[in-house]
Order: sequence, then C-alpha cells, then structure tokens
Amino acid sequence: MTSPDGNLFQQQEANRRRTTWLVIGFVLFFAWLGFGGDYVWALQGHHPFPWVGLVLTTVAIFTVWHTYKTGPEKVLWATGAQELIDPKTDAERQVVNVVDEMAIAAGIARPQIWIIPDDDPNAFATGHGPHDSHIAVTRGLLKICNREELQAVIGHELGHVKNLDVRLMTTLAALVGAILLVREGMGRMMRGGGFPVRGGRKSKNAGPLLAILLALWVISWIVAPLVTQLLALAVSRRREYLADAMSAQFTRNPLALASALEKIEGAAAPTTSIKSGAAHLCICDPLGRRLTNSEGWLADRFATHPPMSMRISRLKGMGYAQLKKEGGSSTSFAPA
Amino acid sequence: MWVLLVLVVIVGLWVVSAYNGLISLKNQTVNAFKQIDVQLKRRHDLIPNLVNAVKGAMDFERSTLEAVIQARNQAVKVNASGPEGIKQISQAENALSGALSRLLVTVERYPELKATGNIGQLQEELTSTENRIAFARQLYNDTATQYNTKQQQFPTTLVAGLAHAERTDLWEIEDQAERAVPQVDLSRR
Repeated sequence: MTSPDGNLFQQQEANRRRTTWLVIGFVLFFAWLGFGGDYVWALQGHHPFPWVGLVLTTVAIFTVWHTYKTGPEKVLWATGAQELIDPKTDAERQVVNVVDEMAIAAGIARPQIWIIPDDDPNAFATGHGPHDSHIAVTRGLLKICNREELQAVIGHELGHVKNLDVRLMTTLAALVGAILLVREGMGRMMRGGGFPVRGGRKSKNAGPLLAILLALWVISWIVAPLVTQLLALAVSRRREYLADAMSAQFTRNPLALASALEKIEGAAAPTTSIKSGAAHLCICDPLGRRLTNSEGWLADRFATHPPMSMRISRLKGMGYAQLKKEGGSSTSFAPA
Repeated sequence: MWVLLVLVVIVGLWVVSAYNGLISLKNQTVNAFKQIDVQLKRRHDLIPNLVNAVKGAMDFERSTLEAVIQARNQAVKVNASGPEGIKQISQAENALSGALSRLLVTVERYPELKATGNIGQLQEELTSTENRIAFARQLYNDTATQYNTKQQQFPTTLVAGLAHAERTDLWEIEDQAERAVPQVDLSRR
C-alpha cells in the first residue's frame, strides 16, 4: 500500500511546480502584453510612460485574485448545486457521514458538500487545496451507489483534493478567465478608438520592427486562451489513474470503485448540468465524449478521462492482488 | 578548500531537511493519534443513545446490553490515560468493538425493532462511527509506519537521535474477525 504514496508526493510536487510556473508564465505574459503595448506605442513617438502596462498588470492581478477566490463557488453555482448543511433524508445523512469518513482516511479537512439535482450519476471536486475544498455529487449517484461504492467515489474525489489537482485547476481557470476578460476590455478600447495603435503620427521612423511587434502582440492575445486550455488537458488523463489509486488506498477496497465505475458507465448519459469547466475533476467525463473511450495520441491530447474499461481493469487488478495477499497470512496492519 | 566548503554546505542542508522531515512526520503521527481519540469519544457518546433506544424493546438480551455498557465504561476509563497507554486503549476498544458487533447482530434478528423509532438512523451513525475509527487508525498506522521506517533507514537514522525520534507503536488488531467489524450492515444504502 505504499506505492500510491510515492506517486502522491510526486504528483503534489508536480502540481505545486505547475501552479508556480503557470503564475510566473502568466505574469510574464501580461508584462509582454502591457509593456509590449507601451513599447509599440513609444516607438510611435507617444509619451513613454508605461501606463498601459501598469494598469493592465494591476487589473489582471486583481481579476485573477478575485476569480481564484470565488472560482469554486462559481463552478458550483453553474451546476445548480445546493450546499448540504442540514441533512434531512437517510441518503443525505449517509453522504455526509461518508464524506466525513473519507476526509479522516485522507487526513484532510472536511470538505463542504454539495448536491446537484441531476439524475445522471457523477461527482466532482473543486476548491483551493486540502484545507478549503468542495465536493459535489449528483442525486443520480446517491440513487445507484451503495455505501461502499459511494465511499470509493468520494475517495477518488478527495484524491484530487489531496494531490492538489483542485488547486491547479482553480488557478488555471482563474488565469483563463482573466485573460478573456482583459482581452474583451482591450478589444472594446481599440474599437472605440481610445487606444490609438494604428495610424500613429510618426510611425514611419519605426518601420518593419513595429509591424512585427504589433503582429506578435495581436497573435499573443488570440492564442492565449487556447494555450491555457491545452495545458489543462495535457495533464488530466494520468491524474485520473492516480486518483483511482488513492481512492483504493483510502478505502482499502479497489473493487468497490470498480463496481461504482461500472454502474456509472452503465448509466452514461451526458451529465447536462456539469459544464466543461468542471469536467477535469469529475469521476467520469460528464460530456460522454467518444474520445474518452479510445487510447492513443489524439485521445491523450484532447480527452479529459482515460477509458473506463482501462480504469476498471486496473482497479480489479489491485483488488485481486489484495485478496491474494490477505489470503496468505500477513496484513497491512501486521505488527512489526 | 572550495570543495570542502561546498561539501560542508551540502551536508548541512541535508541534515536540516532530514531533521525537518522527521519532525514533520512525528507531528503528523501525533495528530493522527488525536484523530483516533476524537472518533473514539464520538463512539463513547453514541453508545448510551443506542442502548436507550433498544433497551425498552430488548428486555430479553440483557446480557448483551450489559456487556456493551461495561465495555464502554472500561474504554472510557482507559482512554483517560493518554497516548502512553496505547496498548491498553486499543485492547479496551477492541473489546468494545466485539460487544457492539454482537449487539448489532442481535438487533438484526428482530426486524420489528429495526422498524420502530430511530434505530435505522442510529445504525447508520454507528456504522459511520465504526468506519471513522477504522479509517482514523488506518491513517495513524500508515503515518506511524512511515515515521518508523524513515527513522530506521540509513542516512536518516543518523539524525534520528537529534530529532528525538523514537519508534511509535502501531494500533494493533487482534484477530481476523475483529477486522470485519466496521462492516456493520451493508444492506442499507
């Protein structure tokens, strides 16, 4: 049972590194967009004080900070989830208990629990890290899963929380949001003529350098959201296997997750209430895409989840290995 | 000269990181133990409720009920001794687990009892409490094992004395039947 541990620390480290690089890349990108604009403008012979850069950077930092803080709530709001504070039915009491149990097993703070009024079985996690996380399950999931299966699914989601996948995703979403917002604002300013890039008075002495810079600058604006989207996809398939392994580590019952996944796949209609923004952290791809069911280069690049059959067979492998070990003599609790 | 200096710095950095790693694990172990304690308290508080709920309808199984109450009181008493008495605590709690599972088996035999009042709810609470205890000690055992392994493995063992690292006992479970206890009733969803 120690193998997921090694993976866990590697993944936590990798996620921390990725988050840092994302933020650094983002700052540099905005510096280029803002101060680059100033430079272009200065080449045209305007006042050299870089106020575009300063304003843009301030706005961007504030936007990112705000989106990062409110991101998880927005994702939950978009799915129509309702927070479960005071459980009334047996099923609700059970899900609260199960989440508490899994939080103990994972050694993290208890996440806030949300219920999505959707009959398709699915679940996802979001938040800022192990101390501040949210977990949402659909009504459909509560209907089809028994206690052990529910436990396994929650374990998978808390795996995403514990290995910092949720923090990376929230950061990424905040950056994409900020870029889109600032681009929108800049576009409006340019169209309104408040930002005289074209047709400057002394543009002749700047020459081709200015044209190249300007072109690069405009292309950066267009490409930025695409690049961030690809970044999100590039890392999302492997992390599903790790979250499965972590669920097995928490529950010591990989077969329960295997049977939960089989049930979920059997009911695989698209989960209409979960938008693509939260797809990376769901238990299964909420969009029910065909791509998810294939292996290969293209699927690796563009699908958010590995094929269900692969995940199930890996979990069953773990389960049988465990049974064989327990059929012997020693157990994981054996006194040293 | 320079090579020596670089070596000293590298060794110094390694000592610091190994020391900090051990201290961090030590604290995690203590924290994980506290978590078991919290869950055991929850169980001790829950048992009087359960006993009250079934008492009226269960004039027959007096001895089963008595056993639960006695085991619970014993566990509460031992629990006050703190982390040093981990062996005694785990023994008392294991006895309580055994008594509880016998009681629950008995309750299962009387469907009309399950249907009345809030026994169903209490059963879910009890299932959950047993699971919490099981998961809390799983986390404790995993963390303690990691801590024990780390302080015994070769280079780290050199700073183990510096960090006052000592082997911690694991939470032991006596027999195979004990280990099945958390699964009180799986027919309920």
